[in-house]
Amino acid sequence: MTPFKKTLAATLVGSAIFLAGCSNDDATSESAATDAAASGAVHPITGEALAADQTFTYWALDEHSSFDPQIVEDVSGSEHVRNLFEGLLNQDADGNLVPGVAERYEASEDKKTYTFYLREDAKWSNGDPVTAGDFVYAWQRAVNPETASPYAWYMEIMSIVNGAEIINGEAPIESLGVEAIDEHTLKVELTDSLPYFPMMVVHTTTFPAHKATIEKFGSEWTKPGNMISNGAYTLSDHVVNERAELVRNPMYWDNENTIIEKIVAIVVPDENQGLIRWKAGEFDLMSSVPTGQFTALQEEFPGEAIAYPRLCNYYYTFNLSESGPEAFKDVRVRKALAYALDRKVITEQILQGGQPQAYTFTPGATANFEVPSVEFASMTQAERDEAAKALLAEAGYSAENPLQFDMLYNTSEGHKQIATAMSQMWKAKLGVEATMNNMEWKTFLTERGNQNFEMARGAWCGDYNEASTFLDLLRTTSGYNDGKYSNAEVDRLMDEAKTMADPSANYTAIEQILAEEMPVIPVYHYAGNIMLHSNVKGWPVNNVEQNWYARNLYKVAE
Amino acid sequence: MVSFIVKRLLTAIPTLLLLIVVSFLLMHSAPGGPFTSERKLPPQVEANINAKYGLDKPLPVQIVNYVKGIVFDFDFGPSFRYKDRSVNDLIHDGFPVTLTYGAISALVALLVGVSLGVFAALNQNTWKDYTALSFTFTAQVLPNFVMAPLLVLLFTLKLGWLPGGGWEGGKIQYIIMPVIALSTSYMATIARITRSSMLEILNSNFIRTARAKGLPYHRIILRHALKPAMLPVLSYLGPAMVGLITGSVIIDMYFSTGGIGVLFVNGALNRDYSTIMGITILVGVLTVLLNLIVDVLYAWIDPKIRY
Repeated sequence: MTPFKKTLAATLVGSAIFLAGCSNDDATSESAATDAAASGAVHPITGEALAADQTFTYWALDEHSSFDPQIVEDVSGSEHVRNLFEGLLNQDADGNLVPGVAERYEASEDKKTYTFYLREDAKWSNGDPVTAGDFVYAWQRAVNPETASPYAWYMEIMSIVNGAEIINGEAPIESLGVEAIDEHTLKVELTDSLPYFPMMVVHTTTFPAHKATIEKFGSEWTKPGNMISNGAYTLSDHVVNERAELVRNPMYWDNENTIIEKIVAIVVPDENQGLIRWKAGEFDLMSSVPTGQFTALQEEFPGEAIAYPRLCNYYYTFNLSESGPEAFKDVRVRKALAYALDRKVITEQILQGGQPQAYTFTPGATANFEVPSVEFASMTQAERDEAAKALLAEAGYSAENPLQFDMLYNTSEGHKQIATAMSQMWKAKLGVEATMNNMEWKTFLTERGNQNFEMARGAWCGDYNEASTFLDLLRTTSGYNDGKYSNAEVDRLMDEAKTMADPSANYTAIEQILAEEMPVIPVYHYAGNIMLHSNVKGWPVNNVEQNWYARNLYKVAE
Repeated sequence: MVSFIVKRLLTAIPTLLLLIVVSFLLMHSAPGGPFTSERKLPPQVEANINAKYGLDKPLPVQIVNYVKGIVFDFDFGPSFRYKDRSVNDLIHDGFPVTLTYGAISALVALLVGVSLGVFAALNQNTWKDYTALSFTFTAQVLPNFVMAPLLVLLFTLKLGWLPGGGWEGGKIQYIIMPVIALSTSYMATIARITRSSMLEILNSNFIRTARAKGLPYHRIILRHALKPAMLPVLSYLGPAMVGLITGSVIIDMYFSTGGIGVLFVNGALNRDYSTIMGITILVGVLTVLLNLIVDVLYAWIDPKIRY
């Protein structure tokens, strides 16, 4: 068994124990682990020799938005918050739920009430115990209009009783459906039955907050020296747009099994420059690589250039609203454009990063989602091209009367390359004249959101690992449905799925409808492309959400 | 002179107020807002955020509140993007970084550029002159966005002598590459301006008179030629200094220095109104001050100039 498999096995055993509703304490192994870790020589489980310097340095494309769990809204900020704080549940290397502050939880039969049992040894970095009240405070804080959390909506989709009403200022904050039964028991009441609710508490917005610190320092509470956190690390230094440094939290309940001593995030707002510095050995991790370079990097750094599936899709949406072109209201036109797209060229020639071709809106990597066998996915590209020509001709478009439209994307070399390839494929195969139109990000979002486009790029990364996080986007009432697609059957199936124990049949049916009506063109599903130095172990490559925790990483001696 | 300086500083006040109003209006006329994101916010959530940051008030009220905050509390407001930080914090952290590498770059560009220009002029039409000119041509076609990656490739990746970026409180090894990358093209321009200005001065009547009087050549150069030859350099240096000191986006990006250049660009991309305003005002104040310094230096160099 390889060291990685051993780690994986250990993690899986941990999650199995948790799911059985038991504590994962194991006095013997923990004791052995403690001794080994204390020696600093070997990994307590795998027996690998550890590097003397356990500093994990990684590249960040942009300065994070905040360290505050209830305020943070970006990926790099969430990474910091997951290391600084700990929520009720965590994820293991495969994305399975494992204990966090909660040792276990119970759900009522109707899945409308969840009770979390908190560990008694969880402490804040100042030594205070982490209590159910800290979660109540944090969750109330998240929906409090005065906090103005940009992720307040997340609490709304968690269906917590009175969540939406509090956000709207129609109910007192104290009426939120979350209650501390005692110091170590937290009860949550939901308005809807949500079988996947436990998966949602992995999100940083639901992490606890230290009331006394926030009340003492106000908005300054997240500065180094002020911040009190309950995660495996504490904030030691922060220079905006340069670096953030985190060090081990000796109060963390599992500190004895934590190996990485220090985390350093360096902001380099340029991928190419970041890659050079990774090559120079300044970073352990580069969490993305410039478009089209991955294959060459795999050859140059075998084993260090890693690709894995991610919970994100990339698509183009048709504007089906009143302001959209008449041509796109014809399903034959939409299908013709979707069929004529050679996704293999895009994934293998342009992206070259192991991205799967997409024929469904929901990525195949989504938990409990079985990719349906939609018709156009099983055809050869030649067959798709023939069908596309026939469909477009049927719709009345020809060389004399070519289909013309604008395709909108936001400024980025990668998006430009894909849009160029798509327009060329349509031109060559169907005689379609697609005009490329790029816009700066915020302008793009505004124009797309106001339906000032004909066809526009879109992408979505799941907020939680369940198909509804994607399919919700195509509901009639969704605020993210920029193409204004509307299908009563899709809406009904989604409503029904929300309370089903196993909604996969509904999701399959929706994907079949999408393949028939083609309101969006699925292009590809994301793959994570990272450069990780070979001495770093424990990276959760199989966690499609890429929720990584530095306390699960370690560096081996070289 | 004192009254001139006071007058200039007083006239700067309406200029800065106009700058604030125009910048405010321009920012708000750009599509999208600070909280426009892929994860479109529900209207009420967006309304709550707008209320927290005062964006729910009419634009004139926002401008008045903003100016009041600066005048009475020296408070540039909270950053809309970096929510744990105020704009005062951001400028306090970033400006010293930018000022450090900007000022050193300006000094390097000035010293090397002037020396090179004088050297070329004194050796006009010799191989020394041509070598110096070739050097300045090369330096001029290597702007900072070309220099920065080249330097990193050479000194970091190939030779391993210098860190590829970072600031680390301004340790010398972190300053070298940003200074070289930033100063090179300025230095080349200064050298070329100095050379032509110096040649003009050297061919003027008062230099010929000085030589006829038998003054030592080095004294003619240092005492009589160099000072007036610096006037065109000063004209160039005024606005150039603002550019150098207020930060270079390229330098901040490539060397992840944490300076205010990249902060300004990110502010614009993120529609971080308060950050853009803070840096705009800082640049405005520096422009006024540096131009004032240039004017004072002008008068010192050329006594014929009176204010």
